[in-house]
Amino acid sequence: MVGFLGIQFFPTTQNESDTVPITDFVLVNTVPKSVKEKLEISCYDCHSNNTQYPWYNKMQPVAWFLKDHIKKGKEELNFNEWTTYSNRRKVSKLRSIIKQIESAEMPLYSYTLVHREAIFSEEDKLMVINYMKSLKDSIE
Amino acid sequence: MKTVKRSIATITLATIMVVSVSCKDEKKGAEVTPIEKEMNDTKATSMSASEDVKAEAILSDYFNLKDALVADDNSKAKQSGLLLSKSLQSLDIANYDNKNELKDIIEDANEHAEHISESDIDHQREHFKILSKDLIDMVAVTGTKVTLYEQYCPMYDGGSAWLSTKEEVRNPYYGSQMLTCGKVQREIN
Repeated sequence: MVGFLGIQFFPTTQNESDTVPITDFVLVNTVPKSVKEKLEISCYDCHSNNTQYPWYNKMQPVAWFLKDHIKKGKEELNFNEWTTYSNRRKVSKLRSIIKQIESAEMPLYSYTLVHREAIFSEEDKLMVINYMKSLKDSIE
Repeated sequence: MKTVKRSIATITLATIMVVSVSCKDEKKGAEVTPIEKEMNDTKATSMSASEDVKAEAILSDYFNLKDALVADDNSKAKQSGLLLSKSLQSLDIANYDNKNELKDIIEDANEHAEHISESDIDHQREHFKILSKDLIDMVAVTGTKVTLYEQYCPMYDGGSAWLSTKEEVRNPYYGSQMLTCGKVQREIN
């Protein structure tokens, strides 16, 4: 208990940003509105520089856990830095996005458990995957 | 007076820290030297041997990875992936033409190698497909001293290629399930 109270005094830096950089995925690609919304709701919390934090992020060790997830997520793929990737890496990333959504590995179960709106319905999957495939074909 | 006392304390503490750190370094340095010397020696010889050594090292790690996948060996593939990632990171791009392209290739390949070092075998094979494409492109830039065979399996993920040093087909995408599925697509000299 003392430990739990103690760790509450360790603040973590937040992954938050007011501006969307010009290198952002939805800014540079002509992404349909429905796809854009789905990406922002289901992916951007961990794969961009701006997380919509839940209330319980005010508590430790939750904040550490989330920070670690977000750090890893952004290392793998940061939609905000899309144009900084070479074409070769864009194709690689798109391929992984498609695979991960297809196999329902993303969004993570631990994330959708709390964010029910982030779940991909079958239509959502089809819509996002089709868009990602067309984008990938246009780069390849 | 208080300030003086405090600064004396700070200086004392700092001195103790510096002394203890430098002692540690000295000890460590003494222990490490013979090994370090040996390492430097090997480095010197390999550097003067040829500029292609690193590209060859990448290929050799890649072939170990391919063999692990042929043998359906997930943990060996993990190890090879890790080694491959290290050799990819140590390639000196400055030695080659097409530096930008090579940089992109290596960056991408490294990401796949890292994934392979921590995934199950199905994922390893997915990443191996892109990794193979990257290394085929790498060889186009760096060249190869030994003859390589680009092989192709039409069944895996809409058709997938890989590199081998042997003409005989051993399929890394299916392993024992379809060991000899595929054909030689190209010979690279």
